[in-house]
Amino acid sequence: MNNTEIVKAGLRKRYAREKRFQFYGKAAVMSGFIFLIFLLFDITSKAVPAFSITEILLDIPMDRVALNLSNDESLGVNDADLTSIDYAGLIKKSLRAQFPEVTKRKDKKRLYQLISSGAEFELRRQLADNPRLIGGEPLSVWFKADDDIDTFYKLERVTSRIKPEQIEFIESLKIQSRIRTALNWDFFTNSDSREPEQAGIKGALLGSFWTLLVTLMVSLPVGIAAAIYLEEFAPQNRLTDFIEININNLAAVPSIVFGLLGLAVFINFFGMPRSAPLVGGLVLSLMTLPTIIISSRAAIKSVPPSLKEAALGLGASHMQMVFHHVLPQAMPGVLTGAIIGMAQALGETAPLLMIGMVAFIVDVPGGALDSATVLPVQIYLWSDSPERAFTALTAATILVLLAFLAVMNALAIMLRTYFERQR
Amino acid sequence: MTTTYLFLMIAGLGLLAFFLSFQRTVRYSGPKRLRSLPHHYASLTAVWTAVPAVLLMIVWAIIEPGYLQQKIETNLPVEIAGQSAQVVELYLNKVHLAIANQVVDADPVVQSLVIAYEKAALNSRYLNTAMVLVLCLGGIVAGLSNLLFKVHARAGIERLLKVLLILCSGVAIVTTIGIVLSVLFEALRFFNAVSVFDFMFGTAWSPQTSIRSDQVGSSGSFGAVPLFLGTMLISFIAMFIAVPVGLMTAIYLSEYATPRFRIIAKPALEVLAGIPTVVYGFFAALTVAPFIRDVGESIGLSVASESALAAGIVMGVMIIPFVSSLSDDVIKAVPQAMRDGSLALGATQSETIKKVIIPAALPGIVGSVLLAASRAIGETMIVVMAAGLAANLTINPLEAVTTVTVQIVTLLTGDQEFDSPKTLAAFALGLMLFVTTLLLNIIALHVVRRYREQYE
Repeated sequence: MNNTEIVKAGLRKRYAREKRFQFYGKAAVMSGFIFLIFLLFDITSKAVPAFSITEILLDIPMDRVALNLSNDESLGVNDADLTSIDYAGLIKKSLRAQFPEVTKRKDKKRLYQLISSGAEFELRRQLADNPRLIGGEPLSVWFKADDDIDTFYKLERVTSRIKPEQIEFIESLKIQSRIRTALNWDFFTNSDSREPEQAGIKGALLGSFWTLLVTLMVSLPVGIAAAIYLEEFAPQNRLTDFIEININNLAAVPSIVFGLLGLAVFINFFGMPRSAPLVGGLVLSLMTLPTIIISSRAAIKSVPPSLKEAALGLGASHMQMVFHHVLPQAMPGVLTGAIIGMAQALGETAPLLMIGMVAFIVDVPGGALDSATVLPVQIYLWSDSPERAFTALTAATILVLLAFLAVMNALAIMLRTYFERQR
Repeated sequence: MTTTYLFLMIAGLGLLAFFLSFQRTVRYSGPKRLRSLPHHYASLTAVWTAVPAVLLMIVWAIIEPGYLQQKIETNLPVEIAGQSAQVVELYLNKVHLAIANQVVDADPVVQSLVIAYEKAALNSRYLNTAMVLVLCLGGIVAGLSNLLFKVHARAGIERLLKVLLILCSGVAIVTTIGIVLSVLFEALRFFNAVSVFDFMFGTAWSPQTSIRSDQVGSSGSFGAVPLFLGTMLISFIAMFIAVPVGLMTAIYLSEYATPRFRIIAKPALEVLAGIPTVVYGFFAALTVAPFIRDVGESIGLSVASESALAAGIVMGVMIIPFVSSLSDDVIKAVPQAMRDGSLALGATQSETIKKVIIPAALPGIVGSVLLAASRAIGETMIVVMAAGLAANLTINPLEAVTTVTVQIVTLLTGDQEFDSPKTLAAFALGLMLFVTTLLLNIIALHVVRRYREQYE
């Protein structure tokens, strides 16, 4: 056998090996995709129930006797009257009127559990908005159902948390078409709550907004300034090298360590308030600073030297050249990096847990010094809750967060392609 | 509040100085031409107006508390000042409490001290405001005199700007020093209470400390070996997924894929790295972990509901892009001549990859794997949500383990005293984490740099 024959004898095996190797490669790429699609599909399917809510129609008597007000109509309605009304009692009464056959104490209790505990506040709000209703015809109001009833009605899943009597009530309501599912707007307009049917993400959204605002206002100017210095002015010496090593290492430090820094320095040493977006924003800006510096440097470096030389040749000082010509040219790249850094900061959770942004906060934060939580932390908090309905809320919040991230990244890509075409 | 007003006042005067000086410079008709533009002169005037005043305020804020404290101490009645240090301390505390809460203390001596303090504080505030005003006005006067045109305004402003730029790039150094100092300082306090040896080599981790010292099990034990082992176990599972998949992805995308496929596939895979880790944690805890438990039970294995396997697998998927994109860069940097040579000798493409390209790119690949490993060790949310809290000393991936990051989070969330060994332990763990990831990063960067130099 000569060499050619030896090679030919092994060829089939070698080609088979080649095919197999290529298949492994394809499988690896595909497995990443499949996982991504499965993840998105799983979260979306879990999130769907959170966007609708079950409501029950009740007729609330509005005559002044039922409301326990004085019978004299000429007196009108004042704030004290609004406070004196027993809203929870009214709702219970109308539930009893709806189901007159329920007499046993235990059954009554189950009946009352159909309606969300927030219903009385809803009723009060309606009357406060429109006091003329008082003394008029009975008022028909769609009240939110309790979260267990909601889960049962929407998903038709019987759990141990729902009682057979309650299923009968729901069937009866269904026949009278007094139960429906509606869009859950409260998910976007309410803040956190212990009751899943009343919980929303407005507080977390605004907390994220204030935190990101602080992050942007600190990290963008500092990042650009550092990038300009390192790229345009810094002499080649030990100090510059040291700064560069530091930036590269900071980019790889685990985010939780930044949280420890924030806790020890900002909160314990400087005595800043816990849970405040100000501290969260400062910690996140230290974390995103390396990203912004590195991308800004790349953008500054890509400005053609001919432009700089032309500016210098016309008599501009070094500083004028940088601020009048290099920086405007590099700005799209800088902004792209900044948006990507902000997207990172928006999704970050661990350091914020360290500085106390995990508290249960009902109030919507009105500024960077109020106690607040942010979207990812809200996801973490809700995913820990035992109520089933919170799982759907968690998944829905994840979708909102992912939507924001997608928009930010799309913006960055658009910005880049737009300015690349301009050049 | 007065500080805020004072700052606003300085800012307002600075703006005023800018506009006045700008107007004046524009109308300048001196004997010789000006060397700088009007806004340079105006900015310099504003700087002269505002910067000394702000500096004064900072200095004042630093020395004022000490001065006021001294004021109280010198005013102490002789019969109290003569007593032991503890009594004096107690007395001073009383005074401070009365000042802070703005209440009238029953003790007339305390009350007189409070009044003296408040008088001194008021005087100090007046003096501060007056001096700030004088400095501001002095700046404006100097800026509006002919002195302004004797200096090179542009050079001055640019020098100032450069100092600002240098300070900003120094933030990176300050942050690193801040991390090292804060973590090290608290960790040292922890090692005062618990010996380093017990921490590094102890095998029992139960950090609960009691409220009263006479409770049972009050000491708590801080042996971190179960945490290190748990971290390594989960990171190992993650690397077991991420390295083969990431590497094959990189090879396929750089050597086989058509440019069009590559343009779509690469960013699509990088989406995996852009998804927040809390989302992965949710997915791991609510979908993957129950799935693994069900599968395990159906084949007769007992699987913990918070198994290390679930957290590890999801973490592995998360770091696939870290391995693949870095390896991709490295593989593409291998000179084309090496590929051509191997192919010309009759090797198939896969043989070229396995025998030539991978060995050539190995240092870079090792670097990317090390970087991914440091990412896995420092990852927090996936393990917090999907791994357990129980510090089991095991390498069975089906059992629940806990990690360094999980313990840091559990030790530091919730209200507790900041001085207990329990909270300080978190900083000791943070120190370990920081040092480990730092070492991995330095080695990885070093390896990658050495490799790059080889082919440049």
